Amino acid sequence: MKYLTQFFNSLFLAELFKGLGVTGRYLFKKKITVQYPEEKTPQSFRFRGLHAQRRYANGEERCIACKLCEAICPALAISIESEEREDGTRRTKSYDIDLTKCIFCGFCEESCPVDSIVETRIFEYHGEEKSDLYMTKEKLLAVGDKYEEQIAADRAQDASYR
Amino acid sequence: MLDLILSIYEIPVINILLKIIVILVPLLLTVAYFTYAERKVIGYMQVRIGPNRVGPRGWLQPIADAMKLMFKEIIFPSGANKVLFIIAPTLAISTALAAWAVIPFGAEMVLADINVALLYILAMTSIGVYGVILAGWSSNSKYAIMSTLRTAAQVVSYEIAMGFALVGVVMAARSLNIGEIVAGQSGSIWGWYMWPLMPLFVIYFVSGVAETNRAPFDVAEGESEIVAGFHVEYSGILFAIFFLAEYANMILISIMAALLFMGGWLSPFEGIEFLGLGSSFLAGSSIVWLLSKTAIFMFLFLWFRATFPRYRYDQIMRLGWKVFIPVTIVWIYVVGIMYYAELAPWFVKG
Repeated sequence: MKYLTQFFNSLFLAELFKGLGVTGRYLFKKKITVQYPEEKTPQSFRFRGLHAQRRYANGEERCIACKLCEAICPALAISIESEEREDGTRRTKSYDIDLTKCIFCGFCEESCPVDSIVETRIFEYHGEEKSDLYMTKEKLLAVGDKYEEQIAADRAQDASYR
Repeated sequence: MLDLILSIYEIPVINILLKIIVILVPLLLTVAYFTYAERKVIGYMQVRIGPNRVGPRGWLQPIADAMKLMFKEIIFPSGANKVLFIIAPTLAISTALAAWAVIPFGAEMVLADINVALLYILAMTSIGVYGVILAGWSSNSKYAIMSTLRTAAQVVSYEIAMGFALVGVVMAARSLNIGEIVAGQSGSIWGWYMWPLMPLFVIYFVSGVAETNRAPFDVAEGESEIVAGFHVEYSGILFAIFFLAEYANMILISIMAALLFMGGWLSPFEGIEFLGLGSSFLAGSSIVWLLSKTAIFMFLFLWFRATFPRYRYDQIMRLGWKVFIPVTIVWIYVVGIMYYAELAPWFVKG
């Protein structure tokens, strides 16, 4: 009996019609495509995009050239040179991130004791030549200055989980 | 002036050329928008919306694709046989289009009303396979030659099943002329050959899908294992021509299914007493019926592609040789019995 049902099922292509039924139903389902430039998907406040360097409210740069980020960076994308400033504090002479090497793991941000290096939500950027993707200290600080409000808000949202 | 135009129209060569243009231009436009419909339908079945950027709702997408392909460089692989490399797509497209010469679009609307139309179409589609084989062979590429081997074996196997399926139609209609085959189905919707020849009808269409190397029988293209198959080395307009031939063949299979099994241009309301439908304008024969029946089969091609996973190669061979051919042979016997029993309304001697 079992053999017979199986035989007739395969003779009349029962399972194929079942499959056609599924795709036929989906033809009329609501489409879920997000039409990207016009529509965007929601973003997490933990999104790891373009890097930025932050400043304190008084305008002093946060980075103290401890080089923890350089040490932890798995892609060796960060290179830092430090010096003693006139007021006796240790500061960076240069702070470069090569975005073509960076894997956006977020370890630099995690390791930073003063919340200086952060990853912002920005992901729609491009470089027309390779050097455009080599972020120097000035570029990073400029990004930080421009988006400080959002960066601070995202950190505040995340603070209770840390 | 009008006389002049009419007299020019009467010249046989010009008359025939005009008819060819009237058939081919809509056909090629249909091919272009068939590719668009394919992307849309498959997209919708995958809960996507498909192309919608070029023109309103993506309507100009096929035009953009055609322009792109026309201006792309044609690359000849090193070691390729250039002559055969160019002949292959030419052969594919010329046979795919030549088959349309004998397709009738109405009782009187046919370019070449020949008595062996069915044989002619079978012959043309068979020669078309040589285009694929030559393409793979002349490319000097291992993926292309593997695809060629697969195609050759597959098409030869399914052509037998397809030929047997058509034998049933020929027995019922007692003619190889497509116009007469359609005429033999007149009377009512129950006169269509799809009812007594249901298994042959299904086998014909499935073999047609296999003949055109479409999913789920597209091992010849097999993106996952042999990249793109026989046209892997083709680019630009030569590639576009293969594409055109494939889609023209799909439409040919669809229109043949409509003509041979579903009564062609005959109306489904013909001969129905209910509500006087049989005497209303809906019952009249019209090219609209033929085209809408064709559209059903064209949609089936896309539906299959969106639904079924690709057959394994040995499964294709098993289906062709151990299922389809025996079933068709058995059903030809059954048709013979129906023939002698003069089963109404299909087998009544006229």
